Amino acid sequence: MAGAAGYPIHASASPADRVAPRHTVLVRVTHWITALCFFALLVTGFEIVISHPRFYWGETGNILTKPLFVLPIPSSRASVVTGYGYVMPDQNGWSRALHFQTAWLAVLTGSLYFVAGLTTGHFRKNLLPAKADLSWRALRGHLRFARPDETGAWSYNVVQRITYLLVIFVLFPLAVWTGLALSPAFVSAFPASVTLLGGQQSARTIHFFVSLALLLFVVVHVVMICIAGFWSRMRTMITGRAVARREQA
Amino acid sequence: MNKISRRGLMAGGIAAAGAASLGVAARLAQKYGLVPPDHGGIYGPGETLNYAFQRLTRNSMAREFSRSQISKLPLANDTAPPNEAFQRLRADGFAGWRLTVEGMVAHPMSFSLDQLKSYPVRSQITQLACEEGWSYIAEWIGVPLAHVLQLAGVHPQAKYAAYFSIEPDWWDSIDMAEAMHPQTLLVHGMNGGELSVGSGGPLRMRVPRQLGYKSVKYVTRLVLTDNLKQFGKGLGSSAPEGGYAWYAGI
Repeated sequence: MAGAAGYPIHASASPADRVAPRHTVLVRVTHWITALCFFALLVTGFEIVISHPRFYWGETGNILTKPLFVLPIPSSRASVVTGYGYVMPDQNGWSRALHFQTAWLAVLTGSLYFVAGLTTGHFRKNLLPAKADLSWRALRGHLRFARPDETGAWSYNVVQRITYLLVIFVLFPLAVWTGLALSPAFVSAFPASVTLLGGQQSARTIHFFVSLALLLFVVVHVVMICIAGFWSRMRTMITGRAVARREQA
Repeated sequence: MNKISRRGLMAGGIAAAGAASLGVAARLAQKYGLVPPDHGGIYGPGETLNYAFQRLTRNSMAREFSRSQISKLPLANDTAPPNEAFQRLRADGFAGWRLTVEGMVAHPMSFSLDQLKSYPVRSQITQLACEEGWSYIAEWIGVPLAHVLQLAGVHPQAKYAAYFSIEPDWWDSIDMAEAMHPQTLLVHGMNGGELSVGSGGPLRMRVPRQLGYKSVKYVTRLVLTDNLKQFGKGLGSSAPEGGYAWYAGI
């Protein structure tokens, strides 16, 4: 018997598994669009940062004011003193265009995922931790990074659930908010979007740290997938089907 | 098999509906002036979304700050040294500086700096934010662009105000909503004094709801038009010719 994707479905998989895949089409499609967006935003964001690798707190900041911290990297602007004897090529034009275009795609994709997550019960069923799992003992067990057993192929553990919820409901919205707070037109229309953050340079600094946190998440996420079995997890996120027990053993 | 064909049918239907609604959206966007002049190319959709959504808040006001928030050291971001024509005018204390207003106006005009300074002065303490990420706050003193445009009598068909620096290949343009906006100034003073040459003196366009590069320095010429294709490479500004967006509100 062949599945829709053209690979055999194991006899050990119950019929119910075929009706309800591990990841729904919507989760898989939005996952991969978001992954692509993250990569584009990361590269272009880095290119934009090197035109001014100095960070400030408050409303304003420039090469004449005291920075909060300076990244020890070369800059794409000769006006920024970096300690390096050379100036990187200016890539801001296309980087900015791609950054904002990608941000639109990421926000639209995120909105779709958010609405679907609420209406289908995805957040409640798959991501909200059970009360019983929220004890320190349970958390500690998962934090030892033990290789996930086969139930891990069917459900997220409590640490995963909390992490995904943080990324979806805290880091992602915060990245969008602090990004918008950098737009002079947006803050003209919605001044509170920047005053609540303590000023435009504070918004820029928070945007940077949120991006770092998201990068850290992606790195750990990929490492965990490698530990759990790269190809089986990739296949699950692409086809929606979890690998049958026999295969994983 | 049944499932596949139903899925295919649904995907096909969604794709067709998507294409149709994109077509309708493009026509509506064109009709309501939501399409920026640099809408071509692979980043066109993003540029168009940025500009179209800003049009919903076209009457917003840039944040104004208190006098105590003015940056102690306003950064005169260095530009290419002003050219020979500029140096000649400078030697004469800019007595010969002219701002010409032409194109789709009832009365093409030429203003001296003294004339511009005799018009109602508006001062605003706003932030200049550079696309690179740095910023400063300064008091900008000048005449609202709207006042000058009213004197020249802009044709109702005009859609854009293009403005040109005395420096070659340095020009930009804004739509009429931005041009008539009360905070869009032709600046001749800064922080209570004259506008220094480093900061764009004797005359600088100031568009505080957009990034710093929209605030072109050493402005000598204004052209009202309904078609930006006639200037440069037809992208509405020298910025897109270097890869930067025409609409710089983000």
